[in-house]
Amino acid sequence: MRANYKVEFASGVFLLLGLAALLWLSTQATDYGNRLGEETYQISARFTNVADLKARAPVKIGGVAVGVVEGIDLDPVTFEAIVRMRVDQRFAEIPFDTSASILTSGVLGDRYVGLEPGGSFEYLAEGDELVLTQSAVVLEQLISKYLFNAGDDEGTEQ
Amino acid sequence: MIQSMLAPVAEMGRAGMFLMRMLGGVRLEWRLLQSTMQQLFLIGARSLVIIMICGFFVGMVLALQSINALQQFGASDQVSLLVGKSLFRELGPVLTALLFAGRAGTSIAAEIGLMKATSQIDAMELMAIDPVRRIALPRFLAGLLAVPLLTAMFNALAIMGAVIYSVGVAGLDVGVFWTKLQTGVFFHKDFLGGVYKSIVFGGIVSLVAVWYGFSARPTGAGVGTATTNTVVVSSVLVLIFDFIMTSFLT
Repeated sequence: MRANYKVEFASGVFLLLGLAALLWLSTQATDYGNRLGEETYQISARFTNVADLKARAPVKIGGVAVGVVEGIDLDPVTFEAIVRMRVDQRFAEIPFDTSASILTSGVLGDRYVGLEPGGSFEYLAEGDELVLTQSAVVLEQLISKYLFNAGDDEGTEQ
Repeated sequence: MIQSMLAPVAEMGRAGMFLMRMLGGVRLEWRLLQSTMQQLFLIGARSLVIIMICGFFVGMVLALQSINALQQFGASDQVSLLVGKSLFRELGPVLTALLFAGRAGTSIAAEIGLMKATSQIDAMELMAIDPVRRIALPRFLAGLLAVPLLTAMFNALAIMGAVIYSVGVAGLDVGVFWTKLQTGVFFHKDFLGGVYKSIVFGGIVSLVAVWYGFSARPTGAGVGTATTNTVVVSSVLVLIFDFIMTSFLT
């Protein structure tokens, strides 16, 4: 009976160790820990160009993630991209005249939505749409614009 | 000719019926729980050391290879993403299942085969004790439970190995390592997918081991064949099911 108890104790320890490893991995090594809280609200914004912004991309204020991009649709009439975002209820007091822009982390990093808070005392609520937006800067367009302009200059000088 | 081609199909049918017979014996009773815990110690806890050592070195070599490859693009910061995703989705479950087949599957098959060779199984049947329920079921359940837990420990040690290599040897930033992991590795798509895989692999390996033990010829050579078959068949099945499950999960 005594030896049996030892075996059962050891397998119990094994079970606990395994569960601890599962817990540690899921909270520390995946995005489980920094998911949004239960309480969120949805806002949206229109952009002429979202570049390669994707669903699940972070929404940041001052570099800190406050929400995620839920989905991106195209308005069939105006052909503007509508970005739907989910923001954590903890940040319920975002001014109404906040502007949204699509930024890149680093030179070739991932796209995210950056919010620049305004000064209004009216706050964004569920379903509101941001009016002030700035589209993504597309590197290829910048380069082609630069090259095109450079060629133009040479042409006028001659 | 046709007979020999149909033999594997009949074998699969017999193994399936064996599984049904085993699962039919599941009762919520103290003795089953006790013997399952005992088997969990014998096949799970005893496999822990080899799993952890292998996990640690797999993590280190993954980091080493990834950093070498990523450096060409100046993207060695992404190493934790590559290591984490490939571990959780593929390498963790598959390598653990293969190691488990070699470490525990063989011992299950050999043990049951030897019981058969020494007529212990027949003696049980004479005493009206169902050997499938008494011998096979606890081992099967323990394997089903042990493989996901061992996979988690394999992954944990591999992540640690990757941290130690990429921070200690390659000189990357610790914060960047964890941040990339926590933003790029998805709980549902990457982590849970691997857990589902490891549960299925645990079932496959322990079913194959128990089945080959029970269907072993009751001789010394028969036990040897059963042990070999366990490793070969469970490894092949794990890799086949890995493909099937991956195509469903992604």
